[in-house]
Amino acid sequence: MKLLFEISSSGRRQSLLPDCDVNEYKFDPSLLRSEAPRLPEISEVDLDRHYTELAGETFGVNSGFYPLGSCTMKYNPKVNEELASLRGFTGIHPLQPESTVKGSLEVMGRTQAMLCEITGMDKMTLQPAAGAHGEYTGLLLIRNYHRDRGELGRRTKIIVPESAHGTNPASAVMAGFTVVSVPSNAQGGVDLDALRAAVGDDTAGLMLTNPNTLGLFDPGILEITKIIHDAGGLCYYDGANLNAVMGHARPGDMGFDCVHVNLHKTFSTPHGGGGPGSGPVGCKSFLAKYLPSPEIVETADGYGFSEAENSMGKVRSFYGNFLVVVRAFAYMLTLGRQGIPEASENAVLNANYMMRKLAPAYKIAYDAQCMHEFVMDIGPLKDEVGVNAMDIAKRLLDFGIHPPTMYFPLIVHEALMIEPTETESKETLDRACEVLLEIFKEAKENPELLHSAPNDCSISRPDEVNAARNPVLKYIFE
Amino acid sequence: MSNILDGLKYSKTHEWVSDDDGLISLGLTDFAQEELGDIVFVNLPEEGDSIVAGEAFADVESVKAVSDVYSPVTGVVAQINEELLDNPALINEAPYDAWFVKVSDVEDSEDLLTAGEYADFCKSEKE
Repeated sequence: MKLLFEISSSGRRQSLLPDCDVNEYKFDPSLLRSEAPRLPEISEVDLDRHYTELAGETFGVNSGFYPLGSCTMKYNPKVNEELASLRGFTGIHPLQPESTVKGSLEVMGRTQAMLCEITGMDKMTLQPAAGAHGEYTGLLLIRNYHRDRGELGRRTKIIVPESAHGTNPASAVMAGFTVVSVPSNAQGGVDLDALRAAVGDDTAGLMLTNPNTLGLFDPGILEITKIIHDAGGLCYYDGANLNAVMGHARPGDMGFDCVHVNLHKTFSTPHGGGGPGSGPVGCKSFLAKYLPSPEIVETADGYGFSEAENSMGKVRSFYGNFLVVVRAFAYMLTLGRQGIPEASENAVLNANYMMRKLAPAYKIAYDAQCMHEFVMDIGPLKDEVGVNAMDIAKRLLDFGIHPPTMYFPLIVHEALMIEPTETESKETLDRACEVLLEIFKEAKENPELLHSAPNDCSISRPDEVNAARNPVLKYIFE
Repeated sequence: MSNILDGLKYSKTHEWVSDDDGLISLGLTDFAQEELGDIVFVNLPEEGDSIVAGEAFADVESVKAVSDVYSPVTGVVAQINEELLDNPALINEAPYDAWFVKVSDVEDSEDLLTAGEYADFCKSEKE
């Protein structure tokens, strides 16, 4: 399709503005540009068609199956949108007096309380705008804790298992720590002996996702957090995979001291396409004094703001992505105490159902009962017929299915990581399995078909290498 | 089968090591560049930085993933190959010419593999 610059036609205009009927303000001439910007000139109908065509080229969770592992691309219920569009939420300003926004403060306060209950934490902040932002905020809690004990000078290391999300080591470095990687054991969990060997009086903490990125709940979790605590470190829970355990197991009970949750994953707010995201951070009471300010607290007079003396300050302007919080609040109220654990049961059931249907053909990387996601290893297929994980992902596009996460976790070289989520029906899962099994057959009979895939999309394989090496970031006029 | 040069030493994390009169050159092996695919970005340390055996000293980015490059030796970065920063494709095209850094004041080294041992190691990694 053509770019706006390419359909531009000189002199073409949209709706005409009425004549100016107020006094014109004259800017200092030094502030004015000397020539007009080269904006595309397009009629309203052509502009409308351009964006409608673009929208048709996108693929979202409301277009089809989207099993992007560790991203929890669950459906975003419309009731969330309905509530988040109420005038009382959309028409307020963050600088409005506290007494006039009591309802919104109550939404925030009650959302915090529910997230505390689900994670087993004592206090929560809604400020962080995404998962990695939450990780960074959690690490600042750990930093402040060691600083106040006079141990920050020597406690410089954050331990991260090699199956971790890439954001974990990145956040640790951003927060001023160095990263120590510990390997996995043969079952895909943390190697406890390697962990014992890695800790010491330089250990600041551990960052862990449980279940991990292989979709496996680590049976050694209590021992893991004990090893870290015995060494004087703190434990951070990356809530990326909370959808597998919400309502069943709480990070606080596993021994974690602080967590982040992804509202845009677990709590059904939009994910991808700019979200925006939201990564609330919770902690045990001994860390609560360091949380970002202002806090939302319950008082005799409803909910209000409070400034804590030892707070790390703000990590985001105002109070975080508030309307995302409203959506998550709506979701939790809709599901309730029974629906929340049921959602994670169905997420786990769906993943196991798909894994068992695919296991006769595809190699499962760690063949055990999985949680909300599982990893297939395309290595054997690559060795046999030269078809890799990328080829299979591309071929799925021809069938109208979004590819799973590829080449992650890094410990499985040809990984395809599938997370169906609880919002998909048995029929959808059956069709996805049929397609994947059909592609497996194609790989053996006609590998060329996969190398050239996608064959039915508007573009086939963009030159990713050239795009990364020589990015063109703006329109170049001839 | 990927190319392995006699006369170089190798690490189990797929770096090659060459010793030119006490100045140690480090780079990625042909096996590593094949596994990574087309490399689109390289991060190098600065001259004068200390590097430690067993720890990452650089990273490379392919379309698939970002990967650490580990140093098999402890020492000081004497030179960096600035050409790689502008043209990371050199690592794919000629991995044994595309040195990352030259290291001086080498104090310590991991146990390194000979070409024959490294060939066996790559074979076992494939299985």
